[in-house]
Amino acid sequence: MEISSLEESRREAIFQARVDAEEKIEPKDWMPEAYRKNLIRQISQHGHSEVVGQLPEGNWITRAPTLRRKAVLLAKVQDEAGHGLYLYSATETLGIAREELMEQLLTGKAKYASIFNYPTLSWADVGAIGWLVDGAAIVNQISLCRTSYGPYARAMVRICKEESFHMRQGYEIMTVLARGSQEQKAMAQDALNRWWWPTLMMFGPHDADSAHSGSSMKWKIKRQSNDELRQKFVDQSVAQAQHLNLKIPDEKLKWNDERGHYDFGEIDWDEFTAVLGGAGPCNHERLEARRIAHEQGDWVRDAMFAHAEKQRQRDVRKTA
Amino acid sequence: MKNSVTCAPQSWHFEYVLRLGDNALILGQRISEWCGHSPFVEEDVAMANTALDHIGRARMLLTHAGNLQGNKQTEDDLAYSRNEREFKNFLLCELPIGDFAYTIVRQVLLDTYHFHLYAALQKSSDDTLAAIAAKVVKESTYHLRHSSEWLIRLGDGTEESQRRAQLALDNQWRFTSEFFLADEVDDVAHQAGVGVDVSLLEKLWRDNVNDILSAACLLRPEDAPLRASGRMGLHTEHMGFLLAEMQSVQRAYPGLDW
Amino acid sequence: MNKHLPLWEVFLRSRRGLEHKHVGSLHAADPEQAMQYARDVYTRRMEGCSIWVVLANDIHASQEAEGEAFFDPAEDKVYRHASFYDVPDDLKL
Repeated sequence: MEISSLEESRREAIFQARVDAEEKIEPKDWMPEAYRKNLIRQISQHGHSEVVGQLPEGNWITRAPTLRRKAVLLAKVQDEAGHGLYLYSATETLGIAREELMEQLLTGKAKYASIFNYPTLSWADVGAIGWLVDGAAIVNQISLCRTSYGPYARAMVRICKEESFHMRQGYEIMTVLARGSQEQKAMAQDALNRWWWPTLMMFGPHDADSAHSGSSMKWKIKRQSNDELRQKFVDQSVAQAQHLNLKIPDEKLKWNDERGHYDFGEIDWDEFTAVLGGAGPCNHERLEARRIAHEQGDWVRDAMFAHAEKQRQRDVRKTA
Repeated sequence: MKNSVTCAPQSWHFEYVLRLGDNALILGQRISEWCGHSPFVEEDVAMANTALDHIGRARMLLTHAGNLQGNKQTEDDLAYSRNEREFKNFLLCELPIGDFAYTIVRQVLLDTYHFHLYAALQKSSDDTLAAIAAKVVKESTYHLRHSSEWLIRLGDGTEESQRRAQLALDNQWRFTSEFFLADEVDDVAHQAGVGVDVSLLEKLWRDNVNDILSAACLLRPEDAPLRASGRMGLHTEHMGFLLAEMQSVQRAYPGLDW
Repeated sequence: MNKHLPLWEVFLRSRRGLEHKHVGSLHAADPEQAMQYARDVYTRRMEGCSIWVVLANDIHASQEAEGEAFFDPAEDKVYRHASFYDVPDDLKL
């Protein structure tokens, strides 16, 4: 007992030294169990967010108003599936199987970004999601390119490279609407009104109230705090909204010379907690869609498995 | 050119390319419905690729059709401003996606058709069409590989997957007769060197499909030609809903940029 | 259904003249399907001109615990590097 716990703390010291020296932790390395669990939670949640994130925008693929927009939206939603896969792939290096990840999502044990529990009600929402939601995701993900776990960092680098077009296509949609008819302008403003606050919530609770932040920062899983990243996002968004001639729905939004940042109003944390807890407009629908896809895939996966098995046996017979 | 031809030279050419474009558009529209709902994430990505290829070729073909017609109709005018009767796609393209077996069967039937069609169209005397065909045939080669292997997995998988695949085939087979009902447009296009020989296409298609079905342990249904044709603008009851959805934004706010 | 489809590791050659490089993994029932999904997932932006897929179970990896025995003995063999040798600066060697 004594020896093994000594060994454990020796390993932990080596591990922490490696993290402190900005060396990456790789799959076969020894790592504290809590680090592994924390990573599985965060990376799989990130992966689930990409996969569930297909749904709100996917809702508009069949209704995209031009063929160019349809192709772009398809490519974007496809990227989200691809990014989900990169992240599942990174999670699986930590010793958890895909089936288990799926089960955690479908039973509600694993979370996904709460933003996807809001509905997409007009074409402008597709623009607003690209501009704001992907904009916020990029702020967060750029920071995560320096995360301490190698496979996660590499997935983030690839995702950031690919996602740069996501925000731009969203902003382009908003630009066209903001320059368009009165109805289109109103549509764009309405989308901004509805997506602004949920987007700010994406960065999570204030640093002081964040349950996982302490150890995540120490282990360099997270590199910047929720509040820092949120501030960065607000600062970059103000000019973008002004350029569109749209108004961010926050009366308290104001430049603070002293801080060198924008001040902004308080998030409705009750709403945050409620939507996280399942009371958002689409929580049920999003999970249900994934559950149905998964269940209706059961017989397909069974068939793949059965066919592969038959093939193997044929090969064995052939070589025998 | 035959004397019996009643359509003006440009109008058969437009019609020929429009039909190709409509098949690509309506099929792409259907496949895109799988986004986010496939059996697993890998297939979501694969399905989106196929949908994108179809939307891409629809854009090229409709743009080309608009140019042939000479009245400056864009790809979007053609996609979003026409009514049901003006769409000339095969009925098979517009059927709802059904279960995964239903989609895979449709893909096999149409991928095989498109593969042989566009292989032949590479030699079209219409240079634009030939160039489009050269690009499309590569995509269709890949699509057919993907869908035919899937069909073999399903047909030679479990009892349930075989039952579903056979049911999907039995249900959709009757729609394939439409592929080879050559009409005036096909004849004129073929004679002008723009279009393909439909009877030759039919033979290639039948041989290829037979091989795939037997590898997939599926029975080829009896031929039972339908007395309906999407190419005449007479559609199934599903088409109205498909268009209502696809065109909804453009119809609600006509004449705007998006 | 609780069967696990096998996990495959994917390697891409990004262009001719370069080696294949590991890019990620995916699940598929057979090599052909793994190859197609690798194409669909990992080459959406022309990232590759050649793909390898390998069953993850078939990869044997060195262990961290063996690291010292495996890799440290190379540390003192600096004479394997060209920079170890003194040669006249004005000569091209």
